[in-house]
Amino acid sequence: MDLYEHQGKKLFRAQGIATPRGIVATTGEQAAEATRDLGGKSVVKIQVQVGGRGKGGGVVLVDSPERAAEEASRMLGTDFQGHEVTQVLVEELLPIAQEFYTSILLDRSTGDYLAMMTAEGGMDIEELARTRPEALRRVHIDAMLGLRAFHVRELTGTLPQEAREGASDVLRRLYSLLQEADATLVEVNPLVLLEDGRVVALDAKVTVDDNALFRHEDIEAMKAAFPIDPVQARANEKDLQYVKLDGNVGIIGNGAGLVMSTLDVVAQAGAKAANFLDVGGGASADQMATSLEVVLSDPAVKAVFINIFGGITRCDLVAQGVLGALDRIEATVPIVVRLDGTNAEEGRAILADAAHPRIVAAATMLEAAERAAGFANGEAA
Amino acid sequence: MSVLVGADTRLVVQGITGHEGTFHTLRDRAYGTNVVAGVTPGKAGQDVEGIPVYDTVADAVREQGADTAMIFVPPRFAAEAILEAADAGVPLAVCITEGIPAKDMAHVHSYLQGRSTTLVGPNCPGVITPGVANVGIIPGEICMPGRVGLVSRSGTLVYQIVHELTQRGLGQSTCIGMGGDPVHGIGFIESLELFQQDPDTDLVVMTGEIGGDDEERAAAYIAEHVTKPVVGYIAGFEAPPGKRMGHAGAIVTGSKGTAAAKAEALEAVGVRVARTPTQVAELVVEALR
Repeated sequence: MDLYEHQGKKLFRAQGIATPRGIVATTGEQAAEATRDLGGKSVVKIQVQVGGRGKGGGVVLVDSPERAAEEASRMLGTDFQGHEVTQVLVEELLPIAQEFYTSILLDRSTGDYLAMMTAEGGMDIEELARTRPEALRRVHIDAMLGLRAFHVRELTGTLPQEAREGASDVLRRLYSLLQEADATLVEVNPLVLLEDGRVVALDAKVTVDDNALFRHEDIEAMKAAFPIDPVQARANEKDLQYVKLDGNVGIIGNGAGLVMSTLDVVAQAGAKAANFLDVGGGASADQMATSLEVVLSDPAVKAVFINIFGGITRCDLVAQGVLGALDRIEATVPIVVRLDGTNAEEGRAILADAAHPRIVAAATMLEAAERAAGFANGEAA
Repeated sequence: MSVLVGADTRLVVQGITGHEGTFHTLRDRAYGTNVVAGVTPGKAGQDVEGIPVYDTVADAVREQGADTAMIFVPPRFAAEAILEAADAGVPLAVCITEGIPAKDMAHVHSYLQGRSTTLVGPNCPGVITPGVANVGIIPGEICMPGRVGLVSRSGTLVYQIVHELTQRGLGQSTCIGMGGDPVHGIGFIESLELFQQDPDTDLVVMTGEIGGDDEERAAAYIAEHVTKPVVGYIAGFEAPPGKRMGHAGAIVTGSKGTAAAKAEALEAVGVRVARTPTQVAELVVEALR
């Protein structure tokens, strides 16, 4: 779960990491008011669960409350890289002496944590990592050993002397946060040295492990701030992984790998997927029914492809779920069903007996993809 | 011979008395797997259809000579279960559990360094040597004994690919579902090493998916160490681009993590990469010709 900047900063402050004073605003008026409180000047930053805000016009310096209102009104309600903007963070401007970069993340290729820091913040950090890797200090941290003093000395080694103590303190607190919050990423870009010598986190990117949310109720509660459309909410409620795409073949499958593969095979058959929907392992008839309703609620869908390879999932339950959904809602498009694996025979028999006019049985994944793509491209059912 | 599991496997199931644990234990035993014990703390002295239950893995090792552990323990206790298996000296632990916190797995990863326990998973369908032993949840009936080794990140994709191979009459030596969690046990490289050394495997199929750089690193390993033919498949060409928060992930891997980048890396070292699961079987036939 990716946190908004202001949520990440709340966790930072709880760890004793300094951040600029800031106020969350959801209207232009609130942004103006916040800017007045902060002394008449501020920086207005959109709050979204994605990076690249600086380059994308999502961070603007303003020199008056009126300008703050203008910018906030421009940002709110817009779409930033597919993310609806419902909040902005209005922050005080601070006198910056120098900008740095630091991050700590779970390194999936080594199974430990990786901390990085460089004195050359403010520029394109990926470019720096490519062109002058020696400027970016990297330290692997064994999860059982934790962050040690020698790690911190190595990491802060490229920073000016006057920033090292403050930056070392920030690093130790970031690592504590990573551990305590079950974060898989904490990133500060930039971390700054102020003219008065303080070291402050101007930004905060925090990703918390979804698998660990069960032990962090306070963080899970932060989800309430994220805008979510009703279809997505419906899918989430039944533990379905649903992502809207821009094609016209609705896809339902079990297991992320198989669903991704299904998207690919449909593309090769000449059509585009309207969505990604993974019912997960051991899907119930009820989950199948909701899946079909979710997919059919998209007006772009011209055909549906249900691709199930039962392991834990039982194909007879899948068939019952499909028929159950068709009792509740009227389908106006063909539904191509491919069943294999656990209880596939029973599942196919249930569908054959029902002889529903919209259901088209297919023997293989490839055949099903071709049928579904054909329907989506205007072939008659 | 095959790899990891076989006729000499002596299996202990951690979490045997849970619903899923019992169901799959009995299914694995019916397939021919030698299930010698189960572990559920507090239930020592009971049995599951004749399989003795112990309080600890150490007891199962002492009393029944268990040498492989299969873990069906709920996510918040599963990392502990892996540690217990390793501490009891079990050479192979296969963790099926989905949803284990990454931090817990980072601790497991650290603990396993320098120890003799090999971990498969977590969040994986397990390992099957067709016709001989099944340690996990891969439906045995779709497999067929033979000489193709399979390793996959995704669970249901294992089933699909195995099915395609079996339909073409291409049997499998062993199928390994390595799981797709960020911190996991054996990966493509360790699996390729096992299959390369296995006299009963002629060819290896590896199926990957978007994200991370496991496939890119496997490609580098293949170029140096694998002489047997390898057929690849990558899922996710059409997948929505993952949203990225920070820069840190891209700096670490230096990889785009896309299906195209992975397919390209594999093809560059001579791996035939299929575009559909069906084509995997076709490329295997071609490679064995």
